[in-house]
Amino acid sequence: MNLNRRKALTLGIGGIAFAAIPGLSSAATVEELTAAFTAGATPGTGGITLTTPEIAENGNTVPVSVDAPGAVAIMLLASGNPEPAVATFAFGPGAGRQFAATRIRLAKTQDVFAMAKMADGSIVQAQTTVKVTIGGCGG
Amino acid sequence: MVEEVKPRVKVPKSAAAGEVVTIKALISHSMESGQRKDKDGSLIPRKIINRFTCDLNGVNIVDVAIEPAVSTNPYFEFDAKVDAAGDFKFTWYDDDGSVYEDVKPIAIG
Repeated sequence: MNLNRRKALTLGIGGIAFAAIPGLSSAATVEELTAAFTAGATPGTGGITLTTPEIAENGNTVPVSVDAPGAVAIMLLASGNPEPAVATFAFGPGAGRQFAATRIRLAKTQDVFAMAKMADGSIVQAQTTVKVTIGGCGG
Repeated sequence: MVEEVKPRVKVPKSAAAGEVVTIKALISHSMESGQRKDKDGSLIPRKIINRFTCDLNGVNIVDVAIEPAVSTNPYFEFDAKVDAAGDFKFTWYDDDGSVYEDVKPIAIG
């Protein structure tokens, strides 16, 4: 592990190397990401739909979609990934619907969270569990 | 290794004024997460598309902040409201500073 780290540091990617060592993770946690997104508001439920497969055979590409009418921004989190942040969608005035679909990586079976920030600053949250057969983080 | 980065975007050719259309945008990109190791056990440095935006006639539709957990060949599907004919502009921002763009026209009718 030390050898790896030294090698990595000489390549100038020390920060990334740290993130890959469990326990020394510098990646933002779910709590930190949530706090930054919600600005202290307590997440409610309802008004947001998160669609994920129940079982993902391949964790490298898991289709997810989220729909939150009236949201200004939606954040996706994968709680069981080395880096829980997935993506944050900010909707502009040209958006037809506060809906987005994408494909994500999941390292293992875990809960996926979606949080939507409404125009008034309130937060709603949805959560699903995805069973992952083959993890999607390589290495 | 030279990698070809190629946007592929699907937009309807035309829409009624005020109609909401679905847009599908994909760009071929390895999205190297920074978590993987090569044969020698060294980490492969992160190189991903970290931001994607779509505008119609200069009005923003969606602005996505992307983390390494988004899959290879990042794909996004979203809805846009079309009030007038014009051009959809798609922009992807790479970790290495490259910016990839694509433009698709849409007509009213």
